[in-house]
Amino acid sequence: MDHDATADVNAPHSMGTTIIGVTYNGGVILGADSRTSTGLYVANRASDKITQLTDNVYICRSGSAADSQIVSDYVRYFLHQHTIQLGQPATVKVAANLVRLLSYSNKNMLQTGIIVGGWDKYEGGKIYGIPLGGTILEQPFAIGGSGSSYLYGFFDQAWKEGMTQEEAEQLVVKAVSLAIARDGASGGVVRTVTINSEGVTRKFYPGDQLALWHEEVEAHNSLLDILNASNPEPMST
Amino acid sequence: MLSEAMDSPKLGFNFDLYTRNHMLLTKKGLKPPGYLKTGTTIVGLIFKNGVILGADTRATAGSIVADKNCEKIHDMAPNISCCGAGTAADTEAVTDNINSQLKLHRYHTGRESRVVTALTLLKTHLFRYQGHVSAALVLGGVDLTGPHLYTIYPHGSTDSLPFATMGSGSLAAMAVFESEFREGLSREEGINLVTKAICSGIFNDLGSGSNVDICVIEKGKKEYLRNHLTPNPRTYISSKGYSFSKKTEVLHAKVTPLKELVNVVEVVGDAMEE
Repeated sequence: MDHDATADVNAPHSMGTTIIGVTYNGGVILGADSRTSTGLYVANRASDKITQLTDNVYICRSGSAADSQIVSDYVRYFLHQHTIQLGQPATVKVAANLVRLLSYSNKNMLQTGIIVGGWDKYEGGKIYGIPLGGTILEQPFAIGGSGSSYLYGFFDQAWKEGMTQEEAEQLVVKAVSLAIARDGASGGVVRTVTINSEGVTRKFYPGDQLALWHEEVEAHNSLLDILNASNPEPMST
Repeated sequence: MLSEAMDSPKLGFNFDLYTRNHMLLTKKGLKPPGYLKTGTTIVGLIFKNGVILGADTRATAGSIVADKNCEKIHDMAPNISCCGAGTAADTEAVTDNINSQLKLHRYHTGRESRVVTALTLLKTHLFRYQGHVSAALVLGGVDLTGPHLYTIYPHGSTDSLPFATMGSGSLAAMAVFESEFREGLSREEGINLVTKAICSGIFNDLGSGSNVDICVIEKGKKEYLRNHLTPNPRTYISSKGYSFSKKTEVLHAKVTPLKELVNVVEVVGDAMEE
C-alpha cells in the first residue's frame, strides 16, 4: 500500500458511513455514525448525516458528501413547494419518491445512497431505502453505507416486528456501534433521530460511551495513567 | 420536469481540446505550464465573541515560491471573510464573484448578509463545476443568528464546525487544534491558538510558509491583522542596499519643449452655469 503522509485534501469528500433506519410501533428511528473522509484523512469527525427535509421527514445520507447535500437541498425545496400547494404536511412516500426521481434520472452523475424516514398521519412511520442506482424500496428497516456490510447478519438475527421505542433505539445504537468497530470508514459518534406522532427527538451518543466489543479496550486518557498505576499490567501479545 | 431542472446548462468548462492536449503531453513530451497554487495552511475557529480566521502567505508554482507574502484571506462582506486554498486563480475568482453577488443581494434586501447565504452561493457554484474549480475554502462570519464557521470543498460539500483547517498544512494545524481547542476562548487566546496552528503548518509543511495573517470577526466589527506574525525574515540583507554600478552612457541629448495648445483659464464661481 502506498503510504502517503500528506493526504490528498482535494479528493472528493465521501462519507464512508453507516446509516440505519428502523420502524417501530409508533414511528421510525434513524441512526448514523459521524465520520466524513477525504481519502485516508478524516475531514470531519463529528458530521451530521441525518438531515431534515420537513418537520416530519428526515433522511440519512451516504456516498459522496457533495452529491447527497445537493440532492437533499433540492428535495427540501421541492417538498416545501409541494407542502404549500397541498395545504398539509407532505407524506413520507412523496419525499422518498422525489429523492428517487432525482437519483434515478441523474444516476450517471450522482453517487449517493439515501434512507428516507418519517411519520405522516396516513401511513404512520415509514422507511424507504434509495440505494445507488435510484431504486426505491419500502422496508421495515434499511441499512446503508460502507459499514452496512457488517450488519446484514446482525439484523437478520436481531430484528423483530413491533418493537417498542426503547428496544428500537437500543438496536440502532448497537448496530451503528458494531459497524464502527469493524469499518474503517465509519467512526466518531452515534446520532439518532426519532420521529413519531408527537414530533422529533435528536439523541447523541459519544464514542467513548458505547459498549466495548471483541478485543476493544477501555479508553485511557494517557499512557501515564497506565504507567503510574500501582501494578501496571505487563504487556501481552 | 425534474430532469429539466437538473440539466446542466451549456456553460462550464469546454473539454474539446482534451485529446489533443493529452497527445501533446504523452507523444510529443511537451510540459504543461504549472499553475499558481496556494500550498497553504488555512484555519478558522469560533471563540467567545465571534470567529477568528488565519492563513499563511506562501504561493507556489510547482516547487518554486512565486509569492512570499500573498493574501489568502478574502473579503466576502463587511461581516464575513473567507480563506482560500487550492488554485490561487480559482479561489480569487470564486470569492470575488460571490462577494459581488452578496453585495447585490444586500442592496436588494436592505439587510446585512448572512453566512449561510455566502455558503449556499459558494457551494452551488462549486458543485456546478464538479470539482474542476479547485477551491477549498474556510468561510467565517458573524450575522444576526450568531457566529458561523464552515469548510467548503472543491466538489461542493460543506461542513459546519467549531474549528477547521484546510490546505496541504491542514493536518499539522489540526493536530494543534485537536490538542488545545476549547469552547469559549477569549480573543487573545483564540488569536494565539490560530497563530500556533498556522505556524505548525508553516514550519512542518513545505507548501506553506512565510508569515501569519489573522482576521478577527466579532458582532459589528471585523479586524484584519495582515502579517500578524513574521517568523521568517530575510536572513541576509545587504547593508549597502541596491546600487547599479554600471551607468548607462549618454550619447546625445535633445530637449523639445511641448507646444502650448490649450489656454487654462481659472473660472470664479459656478463653472456649470455657462
